[in-house]
Amino acid sequence: MTRGARTAAVLVGALLLLVLADLALPRLINSYYVTILARIGVAVLAAVSLQLVNGFTGQFSIGHAGFMAVGAYTGAALSVYGGAPLLAALQEWLPAPVARAVYFPAPLLAGGLAASLAGLLVGIPALRLRGDYLAIATLGFGEIIRIAILNIDAVGGARGFSLSAPAGVDLRYESLGLIGGVVAISVAVIARLCYSAGGLAFRAVREDETAAEAMGIATTRVKVEAFAVASFFAGVAGALFAHAEGYVHTNSFSFVRSFEIMAFAVLGGLGSLTGAALAAAVLTAAPELLRGLGEWRMVLYSLLIIVTMLVRPQGLLGSRELTLGFLRRRPALRTPEAE
Amino acid sequence: MEQFLQQVLNGIAWGSIYALIALGYTMVYGVLKLINFAHGEIYMVGAMAGYYTAHALGFATEPSLTGLFSVLLLSMAACALLGAAIERVAYRPLRSAPRLASLITAIGISLLLQNGGQLLFGADPKFFPALVTSRVALRAGTVAVSNIQLIVLGTAVVLMVGLELVVMRTRFGRAMRAVSVDAPAAALMGVPVDRVISGTFMLGSALAAAAGILVGLSNPKIDPLMGLMPGLKAFVAAVLGGIGSIPGAMVGGLLLGVVETLVSAYLSSTYRDAIAFVILIAILLYRPTGLFGAAQVEKV
Amino acid sequence: MFAAWLSGCGPGGDQKEAGTPGAAVAIPVGHVASLTGDTATFGQSTDRGMRMAFEQINALGGVLGRPLDLLSEDDRSITEEARTAAQKLLQRDQVVALLGEIASSRSLAAAPEAQRARVPMISPGSTNPRVTEVGDYVFRACFIDPFQGTVMARFATEELGVKKVAILFDFKQDYSVGLADFFRKTFTSLGGEIVADERYTSGDIEFRAQLTTIRAAKPEAIFVPGYYTELGLIAKQARELGIDVPLLGGDGWDSEKTLEIGGSAVEGYYFSTHYAADSDSPKVQDFVRRYKEKYGATPDAMAALGYDTAGILADALRRAGDTEGAKLRDAIAATQNYEGVTGRISIDPARNARKDAVVLKIEGGKFRFYRSVPAS
Repeated sequence: MTRGARTAAVLVGALLLLVLADLALPRLINSYYVTILARIGVAVLAAVSLQLVNGFTGQFSIGHAGFMAVGAYTGAALSVYGGAPLLAALQEWLPAPVARAVYFPAPLLAGGLAASLAGLLVGIPALRLRGDYLAIATLGFGEIIRIAILNIDAVGGARGFSLSAPAGVDLRYESLGLIGGVVAISVAVIARLCYSAGGLAFRAVREDETAAEAMGIATTRVKVEAFAVASFFAGVAGALFAHAEGYVHTNSFSFVRSFEIMAFAVLGGLGSLTGAALAAAVLTAAPELLRGLGEWRMVLYSLLIIVTMLVRPQGLLGSRELTLGFLRRRPALRTPEAE
Repeated sequence: MEQFLQQVLNGIAWGSIYALIALGYTMVYGVLKLINFAHGEIYMVGAMAGYYTAHALGFATEPSLTGLFSVLLLSMAACALLGAAIERVAYRPLRSAPRLASLITAIGISLLLQNGGQLLFGADPKFFPALVTSRVALRAGTVAVSNIQLIVLGTAVVLMVGLELVVMRTRFGRAMRAVSVDAPAAALMGVPVDRVISGTFMLGSALAAAAGILVGLSNPKIDPLMGLMPGLKAFVAAVLGGIGSIPGAMVGGLLLGVVETLVSAYLSSTYRDAIAFVILIAILLYRPTGLFGAAQVEKV
Repeated sequence: MFAAWLSGCGPGGDQKEAGTPGAAVAIPVGHVASLTGDTATFGQSTDRGMRMAFEQINALGGVLGRPLDLLSEDDRSITEEARTAAQKLLQRDQVVALLGEIASSRSLAAAPEAQRARVPMISPGSTNPRVTEVGDYVFRACFIDPFQGTVMARFATEELGVKKVAILFDFKQDYSVGLADFFRKTFTSLGGEIVADERYTSGDIEFRAQLTTIRAAKPEAIFVPGYYTELGLIAKQARELGIDVPLLGGDGWDSEKTLEIGGSAVEGYYFSTHYAADSDSPKVQDFVRRYKEKYGATPDAMAALGYDTAGILADALRRAGDTEGAKLRDAIAATQNYEGVTGRISIDPARNARKDAVVLKIEGGKFRFYRSVPAS
C-alpha cells in the first residue's frame, strides 16, 4: 500500500470509529458517566496544551483557565447568537446527527482562535518577564479576563450563560466521538510540534534562555509562539466544555482551575505530554467515581503536589513519554533526556 | 467633597489590612526571593484562630478591649508558629532547588490550607464575634468614622511602626537585612541564616494574623477561602510598593485600598477585584521595581 | 458485566431492598439544596421541612403504598454545582421528582436538567419568573417577583410614606437583579424616585464604598433585595456610616442568620416573605410547634415552603396514581386549593402559585408579623 492510501485508510477508519462511538456509547453508558468522560477529555486537552508552555518551553504560566474561558464564551456566544439558525438550516438539508457533526467544529475553531488572540495579547507583554514575575502576570491576566467576562451582560454576566436555542435545535453537544476526536487530533498536533526539529527551540529556551539567544534562536518569538498555540488549544478545550455542559459560568475558570491544570502538568512530569494527559485523566475521574471523597479531593491534590515536589520533583514520567514504541520497529527521533 | 473624603477614609482603613499582609510577602521575598503563595492562608488562619479563641475565652459574649488584645496576641503567636513550621517543612528543603519547585510547593501549601481549612473549620462562613460594639466614633458633617475603623488603623500603625523599629534598630533586624542583601556573605559573617529566615516568617505571619483579626472586626464574615483574594491583592500591593521594600509594602497596601474603594464608588463595585490585577500588570510592564524598589541587575 | 455496572439502572428503577422480602420499594425524591455555603440556612431549613413532611406521610403509610425517600444533594450555594447536583439525582439516583432550589440562579441552573430528563421539578422558594419559563416540567410553590417587588414598593409608599429610595442589589443573583427591577418599575410608577442605584456581588464583605454613595443621595429608605449573609454585613456597615433610615428587603432575608449577623443593626427594618411564624392561624401554630419539637428551632419561611412543597408532591403522586413523569407533571399542574402552612396553594397555567405575602418587621431581635398582602 502506498503511504497516501495508508493514511487515507487510517483517516477513514478513525472517522468510522468516531461515528460509532458517538452513536453507540450514549446507549451503553449511563449519561452521568458520559459527562465524566467528556470532562476528562477537556482536562486532558487543557493539561497537554499547558505542558507545551510550562513543560517544554519552561515558561511558567498559571492563567490557563483564562484562555479556556475566552474559548468557552466565544464558542458559546457564536452558537447562541449565530450558530442556532445556521444549525437549523443545516438540519433541513442533512439528517440531524450529520448536520450537528458538520456544524460543531465551527464554535470550537472560533473559540480556539479567540483564545489564541488573547494569548498573543497576553504573551507579548508578559513574556518579557521571567520566572515568578511571569507566573504572577499570567495569573493576573487570567483573573482580569474572568472578571471582564463577568461584566458582559450579553453572555449572562454573573449569572452564567445557558446555551439555549429555539426548539428543534440542540446546541448542547456531549458527543464522546467529537470530543475524543478533537482531543486526539490536538494532542497529536502538539506532540508533533514538540518533537519536531523546530520544536527543539522550545526546549532550548527552557534550558537556558540566554544561551539560546546567543545561539541565534529568536527566544521571544519562540515563547510567544508556544503561548499562542497553547492558548489556541485551551480555547478549544473551553469551547468543548461549554458545549458539553450546555451552560458556562466564569466560576469554572477561576485561578483554582488554573492551579488544577498546572497540577496535572507538574504531577505528570514537566516535559511529558502523555504524563500530563495521564495525570489529567486520573485526577479528574477519581473524585467523581469515588463518591463521598468530596472535600478530601482537593486536600489530597495539594498534598500530592507538595510531596511530589519534595520527593520526586520530576513528576510521574519526568520528561519521558508513554509510547507504544514496543509495537513498532521504526526508531523514533531520539533526544537527550533532560532532567 | 465630603463624600470623596469619606471614601478615602474607608479606603485607608481597608488598605491598612492589605498593608499588614503585604509586609509578610515583602519580607519573605527579601530574604528568600520566594513568593510565599500560602501567606494569604495564614491571614485566614489568623481570623479563624481569633474566632475560636474568642469563643473559648468567653470574649464572644462579653465585648471588651482586653478581650480584643488577648485574642490578637494569641492569634499572632499561633500564626507565627504556623509560618515557621511551613518554612521548615516545605521551603527549607527546597532552598537549593530551582525556583519553580518552591513556587509550586507554595501553591500546594496554599491549596492545602484552604481545603484543609474547609475540612477543619467547615465550609460555611462564620461570623466573627463583635469584640468591640461598633458605633460612630467621629463625625464631621456627613463624614463618619467608626470606632472599629479607628481601631483597625491604630493597630495597623502601631504594628508597622513596631516592625520598622525591629528591622532598623535591633540585631535581628540587621541580620534580616544582611540576609536579604547577600545570604551567603551573611552566613560567612556568622549570621545564623536559617534562624533569621525562620524569624522572618514568624514576623510576617504574625502581621498577617493581626490583619485577619482586624478584618474580623470590621467585616465579620470569615470562611476558609477568605485568604485567596486578599492574599493576591496584598501581593500586588507589595509589588506596587517595590517587592523587598518594607515602607513600599505599607504604602502599596494603603494605596491599593484607596484605589479599590474609589473604583468601587465611582466606577462599579464589580470591577473592584480587577483593578488590583490591572495595577499589577501595569507595574510589571512599566516599573517592575515598584515605587520604592531598587533596580536589579540580572546576572548571567 | 462491566457494561451492566456502567449502565446503572434503567429508568423508573425497581430495586428490591435487599434482605426485606415483601417490603415496599421507596419512591426516590431528589432535593437540590444549599446545605453549606453562603446561603446554608436556605437549604438546611427547606430540607428539614421536607423531611418532617415525608416522615409524617410515611408514618401514615406513605404514598401509593410506598414510603417516600428524600435524597438530598448539596450544591454548596454555588450555581453550577446545582446543575451537577441535579444531574446526579436525575441520572445516578433516578429520582421521580426533583425538589429545589431556593435561590433562583440555582433553580435556573438545575431546571434544564429536569426538563431534559422529563422529570417534574418543584421549586419551593425561587421567585424569579424565568424559572418556570424553562419548560413545562418546572413548577414552583411560591409567588413570583413581579408580585413581591410590588409588595415592597407599595409598602414603602403607602405604609412608610417615603418618596425617595436607594437600591443596593446583588449583581450576581438572578433573584436580586429581578426583584430590584420589579421594585424599581412599581416604585417609580407610584410616583417615587430612585435616588441611588448601587450594586454588589454575593461573597463581597465590604460595602462602605456603595453605602457612602447612597448616603450622599439622602434616601428615605434603602431597598436591599439580596441574601441574608450580605444583608447582615450591609446593615452593620450602614449604621457605622451613620445611615439611620430603614432598610427594606425581600424573602432573601428570611433566615435566623439575619438577626445573628446584623444584631442590633437590623432593628426596625422590614421585609416581605412567605409566612410569619407568629401568625395566629392554628395550622401555622401546629406546624411551628411540631417543628420546634423535632428540631429545636422556630421554622423560617424556607422550612414552611419545604414542608408545603413536599406535601404538594405527595398529594400529586396520589392523584396521578403513578410515578411516571408525564402523569406526575399533569397531576402537579392540576393542584388546586392545597391547604398549606404558607397558605392556600393553586398552581396556575404558568406553573406558578398564587399566594399572599406577609411583611415582617424586625423588632426586639425577632421577626414579627406586621402586615399581610393578598395575592394580586
